[in-house]
Amino acid sequence: MNAILEVESLRKWFPVGGGLFGRGQKQVKALDGVSFSVNKGEILSVVGESGSGKTTLGRVVLRLTEPTGGAIRFEGQDITGLSRRALRPLRRRMQLVFQDPFASLNPRMSVARIVATPLMVQGGVGRAERRERVAEMLELVGLQPHHAERYPHELSGGQRQRVGIARALAMNPSFLVADEPVSALDVSIQAQVVNLLLELKEKLGLTILFIAHDLAVVGHISDRIAVMYLGRMVEVAEAGALFRSPRHPYTEALFSAAPIPDPRLRRSRIILQGDIPSPLNPPSGCAFRTRCRYALPACAEAVPPLREVTPGHFTACIRDDIALQASVSTP
Amino acid sequence: MTETLLEVENLAIRFRTHGGEAAAVSDVSFRLGRGETLAMVGESGSGKSVTSLALMRLLPKAPQCTVSGSIRLRGKDGGMFDVLSLPEERMRAVRGNNLAMVFQEPMTSLNPVQTIGAQITETIRLHRPMTRRAAEDEAARLLDLVGIPSARQRLSAYPHHLSGGMRQRAMIAMALSCEPSVLIADEPTTALDVTIQAQILDLLRRLQEQTGMAVIFITHNLGVVAEIADRVMVMYAGRVVEQAAVLPLFEQPLMPYTQGLLRSVPRLDLAGRRTGALPAIRGNVPDPRYPPAGCAFHPRCDFFIGGRCDSQAPALDITPDDRQVRCLRWREIAA
Repeated sequence: MNAILEVESLRKWFPVGGGLFGRGQKQVKALDGVSFSVNKGEILSVVGESGSGKTTLGRVVLRLTEPTGGAIRFEGQDITGLSRRALRPLRRRMQLVFQDPFASLNPRMSVARIVATPLMVQGGVGRAERRERVAEMLELVGLQPHHAERYPHELSGGQRQRVGIARALAMNPSFLVADEPVSALDVSIQAQVVNLLLELKEKLGLTILFIAHDLAVVGHISDRIAVMYLGRMVEVAEAGALFRSPRHPYTEALFSAAPIPDPRLRRSRIILQGDIPSPLNPPSGCAFRTRCRYALPACAEAVPPLREVTPGHFTACIRDDIALQASVSTP
Repeated sequence: MTETLLEVENLAIRFRTHGGEAAAVSDVSFRLGRGETLAMVGESGSGKSVTSLALMRLLPKAPQCTVSGSIRLRGKDGGMFDVLSLPEERMRAVRGNNLAMVFQEPMTSLNPVQTIGAQITETIRLHRPMTRRAAEDEAARLLDLVGIPSARQRLSAYPHHLSGGMRQRAMIAMALSCEPSVLIADEPTTALDVTIQAQILDLLRRLQEQTGMAVIFITHNLGVVAEIADRVMVMYAGRVVEQAAVLPLFEQPLMPYTQGLLRSVPRLDLAGRRTGALPAIRGNVPDPRYPPAGCAFHPRCDFFIGGRCDSQAPALDITPDDRQVRCLRWREIAA
């Protein structure tokens, strides 16, 4: 396999509460045994409700948040235990695009400085070369040369997100984590940024871990999709397969809830009852069983492992005997 | 046609800014019938939220902000009255009683240091003569109505005890407490997960069936519009650019902006197929302080004709099948 990123049994527990010396302390299991890999040149999307752990996952694989356990291999190298210093040369190969283009750009820096900052931090690039690189990046993301002298407040939301992407690409990374990169943008601008990401993926051979909750965007952009629920992956499959033949009841319900912009298709939806359970006190066995309409007593007993049911299609549901509803019919 | 509950005519809202006067909204007219859901669609700066605040009379007073035109609302006695000319004292009774609003972010619109129960009973007792005990019973009934489990105990919960979906339910319960005839929901599900959004949309639909209230649903999500709206009003740069019943609007949008919006949303039924680039609308949403001359959409429009679209401001045309469209070229485009 030509995996660029391989993750094994990744755990991230956040301690909360507790008294002095941590007595009575509880753990929020934001990630609880996540294993997956991202292939070179693909877009793997991670979807799930808030609290499912998808943002934590993006941060942990970049080592911006320290994992509690498990292993992360990037381009064949185990980076789980690397020191900050040892990580530094790797950082240029893996970058992050943030959700909020208003909060993630320094308002007191010009666009040129924002995009040049990673080059300065990493060093080894002269002033003239930096200026050239900035111009090149701005052109790559569809901004005009005169934007270099602008400040973030002079730009629209879509332009700001382009600056965020230019900054991430300045170091010529091979791997990008994009955490909800379009959800703060206006509808007519979202399509522009989605197109840009797809174009950059082709042109630069980028690999992207795309974290999002908009299923229409995810369906358009992804090669594969991973569905998360309460810190675990419950289904991973090729994008079309996930929409057309889901194998996990949570995927079925999540995709069924996505509103479709066609008034003729007012569907009978599966409306999940209640909220995602508290990660402080997750249900035993399959965490989804409390909201699942197919749950059996056996579901409470053991955590179902993610297993391959058809080539490339993984699910963590023990019920192979049910036919789940596809969220879209084949056109 | 159903009985009209709300009638807005030639609504215009201007703000005084450092750079002079700016028109936030101009020439907005619509009517809303009993039990009807009108979706107001638009991007940031299109004027949809300002319009709803004007309906509630929650905008700053003159001279910072001037509101002109007419807003007429049906009172509980059956007669129509003018909202804009009402003295503030009377207006306070109208808010909640006739016209209520649910906001996007329930965390910022609930009081964090007061229990849910106290906030709902306060609203009830402001508008209806009731003892505290009776108001509490009523509050529990409302929380139950909006699907909050163990409603009675939840009265003593603080907003931070509740999840986002539950908070939004509590907000809806509060808005419904005085049985308003018109509910304005400003992006009520935008901050929520899709599974919770489906619950809230289902709830609103059910409540509407039971009470016959009319809903103005402000959103930018076309999927949600397709899901709940009877009629759709599309706004761009402070003006209504298209208005039609939901089916014809999605099937044959007339205004190029509406066409572009509908095309730029990825289709779920093509998920996982390599369909290439999305047909995006080029350019950016205009800065409301500096709207383009002529048709405000012309710099982004595929049907733009120099000398026409950039000089002549299009009027809102009524089509033979009673739709509204603001475009100089809609007849040619539709042909």
